[in-house]
Amino acid sequence: MDTSFRLLPQQASDHAASVDHLTLAMLFVSVFFTVLIATLIIYFAIRYRRRPASPSALKEAPKSGAKHGALVLEVTWTVIPLIMVAVMFLAGARVFVRSQQPPVDAMTFNVVGKQWMWLLQHPTGVRETNALHVPAGKLIRLLMISEDVIHDFGLPAFRMKQDVLPGRYTSEWFEPTVPGEYHLFCDQYCGSEHSKMVGTIFVMEPAQYRQWVEGRPADVPPRVAGEKLFAQYGCVTCHAARGPTMAGLYGRTVDLEGGGTVIADENYLRESILYPSAKITRGYPPIMPSFRGQLTEEQVMDLVIYIKSLAGATTEPYQLQNLGPATQPHRAIPGPGPSQPTQLPKGQP
Amino acid sequence: MSSIPYYPAAERPQTYLNWSYRVKSWLFTRDHKRIAILYMLSITLFFFIGGAAAVVMRLHLLTPDGTLVQADTYNRLFTLHGVVMVFFFLIPSIPAVLGNFLIPLMIGAKDLAFPRLNLASWYFYMVGGLCAVIALVAGGVDTGWTFYTPYSSIYSNTNVVWAIAGIFLAGFSSIFTGLNFIVTMHKMRAPGMTWFKMPLFCWSHYATSIIQVLATPVVAITLVLVIIERVFHAGIFDPSLGGDPVLFQHMFWFYSHPAVYIMVLPGMAVVSEIIPCFARKPIFGYSFIAFSSVAIAVFGFLVWGHHMFVSGESMYSALIFSALSFSVAIPSAVKVFNWTATLYKGSISSATPMLYALGFIGLFTMGGLTGLFLATLGIDVHVHDTYFIIAHFHYIMVGGAVMAYLGGLHFWWPKITGRMYPEFMGKISAFIIFLGFNLTFFPQFLLGYLGMPRRYHSYPPEMQVLNVLSSAGASILAVGYLLPLGYFIWSLRYGKIAPTNPYLATGLEWQTTSPPPPENFDVPPIVTEGPYRYDLMVSQLGTPLIAEGARIQTTGSAVK
Repeated sequence: MDTSFRLLPQQASDHAASVDHLTLAMLFVSVFFTVLIATLIIYFAIRYRRRPASPSALKEAPKSGAKHGALVLEVTWTVIPLIMVAVMFLAGARVFVRSQQPPVDAMTFNVVGKQWMWLLQHPTGVRETNALHVPAGKLIRLLMISEDVIHDFGLPAFRMKQDVLPGRYTSEWFEPTVPGEYHLFCDQYCGSEHSKMVGTIFVMEPAQYRQWVEGRPADVPPRVAGEKLFAQYGCVTCHAARGPTMAGLYGRTVDLEGGGTVIADENYLRESILYPSAKITRGYPPIMPSFRGQLTEEQVMDLVIYIKSLAGATTEPYQLQNLGPATQPHRAIPGPGPSQPTQLPKGQP
Repeated sequence: MSSIPYYPAAERPQTYLNWSYRVKSWLFTRDHKRIAILYMLSITLFFFIGGAAAVVMRLHLLTPDGTLVQADTYNRLFTLHGVVMVFFFLIPSIPAVLGNFLIPLMIGAKDLAFPRLNLASWYFYMVGGLCAVIALVAGGVDTGWTFYTPYSSIYSNTNVVWAIAGIFLAGFSSIFTGLNFIVTMHKMRAPGMTWFKMPLFCWSHYATSIIQVLATPVVAITLVLVIIERVFHAGIFDPSLGGDPVLFQHMFWFYSHPAVYIMVLPGMAVVSEIIPCFARKPIFGYSFIAFSSVAIAVFGFLVWGHHMFVSGESMYSALIFSALSFSVAIPSAVKVFNWTATLYKGSISSATPMLYALGFIGLFTMGGLTGLFLATLGIDVHVHDTYFIIAHFHYIMVGGAVMAYLGGLHFWWPKITGRMYPEFMGKISAFIIFLGFNLTFFPQFLLGYLGMPRRYHSYPPEMQVLNVLSSAGASILAVGYLLPLGYFIWSLRYGKIAPTNPYLATGLEWQTTSPPPPENFDVPPIVTEGPYRYDLMVSQLGTPLIAEGARIQTTGSAVK
């Protein structure tokens, strides 16, 4: 990693560039106003300084002060900042909304945070601790959960950050474009070794990444592990016959007992495995046992990913051959418009 | 207060300081001025405790690996620093010291509406403060001042319960003070003192008091819930017990964001008094400044969600909270422009209080503008929980609130103690503080944008240069804070005797003796003019411009 002195962080994605542009524009406005105020204060303080030689200045100075404010000025310096902050809001919102909507064709990596380490798993099943190797030019989505307190997966070189909560999935995505090594920081205070909960993101050329993955000890991909768990814990007994089917469930709107609906997202699937009685699907008796305490967070994630794959819509591009030899960087980042395809339903963090 | 103004015994007037020297007369006093002094001594103690923790942290951060203290010690230090500075220094600082002392004087009242409640507030504050400080020093607390769950409620093995109990108790003192101010301003204004003849100091404190009364109960309840989960394992915030960790953040920031305005609105109150006095001009846009204080108080309640843009809050909530957060910028900008416009064609003195007030405007402007970066969603995601936010809120709280507190302390020191502060030393230390402050905190903006997370015991080596600069600034800042401590104490015995109105300021507090008599005014004042008639001052009072240190013979007269 480059440890030489620098004033600006490394810029390793297009999103990072657009955040920096926004920052520079805001910096320009801020410097303008700071200089304006400072200049006026210093100019007035010198131009209208009190002359010790002539105490009569006190009697003469405040003539103009009889005018108690001018409405035109007050309105001007209320309306100009109002317009300015409205523009800032819109510009910031545009970048933010894009960064919060994971694109459909992202590679999903699993992240489990715990005091004080990051456990990461590739879609191919490769596991890493406090390090993540990713191919450049691919969309990387992280599905994250904490085993204990709140952590935060902070990626300064990609200008991205998301808290990692216990009990609920959050997600984050980025598209690395520049190969290199970048910081990973836990940004939410999590206890004694908070500042040691750091790691490195290795961005590699796709061909190099493929080589790297193939050189690692093989592990079971999460989807396959999920399929095994689905059989091993007997899920298949009910969910192929008496119970609601899992096929095509993910992303669908589910009618609930007692009225109301819920969109079957990753958090709904997790909740239904661990707290089956929280939301009962209409027309089915509440007989599913809880698997709380029997499954680790990683196993629950495997199951969720398996169930997602049953919905068909989920095409996890974890196949290594998809990476191919150094492809052109993916540029189709969906914009904030409603017509853009997003994999996740509304309300998903 | 061991020293009192020296007068020849025969003509020594009775003041609130010298009518009795017994310890009981201080500990059971119902005089708002004496309670203000009790608060002043206590918050000074807490300020230097919190400051000492900051000095150790900055020394530790001189090297990337952090060699001075262990990680666990470091975590206790920043918790000590945050808890003490926020809850036991900044929140009570200007309201409980200067507000307590000045509001009855400014509106021409004998005391606050509920003198016993005022005294009770100090006792709640002291019991809470000692409880928290003992917990923080003996054994320590490692959660950070924000007490995020489930770390604070389940995982931390430190004295969380005692620290929270201390903050809970101190909360009552804040509520009592706010309640007292509101009732006093409604019911006890002197004849002729209409709402729009009140000094802006009172308007800002009115806005502050509303926040104190409405928001403090929320944090009190929230912290009690943390204790309940910690002690009885009731599932409130910890998901493994069925709770929601983000719920805590909503409840905590519903108080703690408005609390920022509890800290900075009184700073604006002080600056709004100092600037017209030393520019010798009526303040520009009185009613705009008054209503912008109220607007800040109201908007302040609607922006708490901007602390949770990366906490798993929904994207749509984030958009709304971002828009609302920007709205706070408008009344803040209005204030800055009005203060600056007040200087135009004034007769501007560079006395120490004015230096602090002008410094406040500059630093508050920078703090406010960097706040816009944080309200901008796309940028906040990157700088959230980094040193950028640390720098931003220190510009508001130290560059803003502490600068204003020091400015106000210098400004009203003659009134409070009957002695002048040494002007030359005052100017020197104002410059040292301004320089030290900027050197400490400006590099932290850059560190934050580089990505250095807050609350880190060690950091990557490429960030060392900026950290060293920041630590160097902190050492200058420490000197800057020790100087006033020294010369204020010195002035109690050796300072020049203060006249009734050393700056020829308007305002009722300058019409009574320095220091004021126990009942504030010998003759109850009648108000006929607005608060900043610096255009009328000289001719109306018919007093010649008198050099500092001389006495003006207008003692106890009604304001003309």
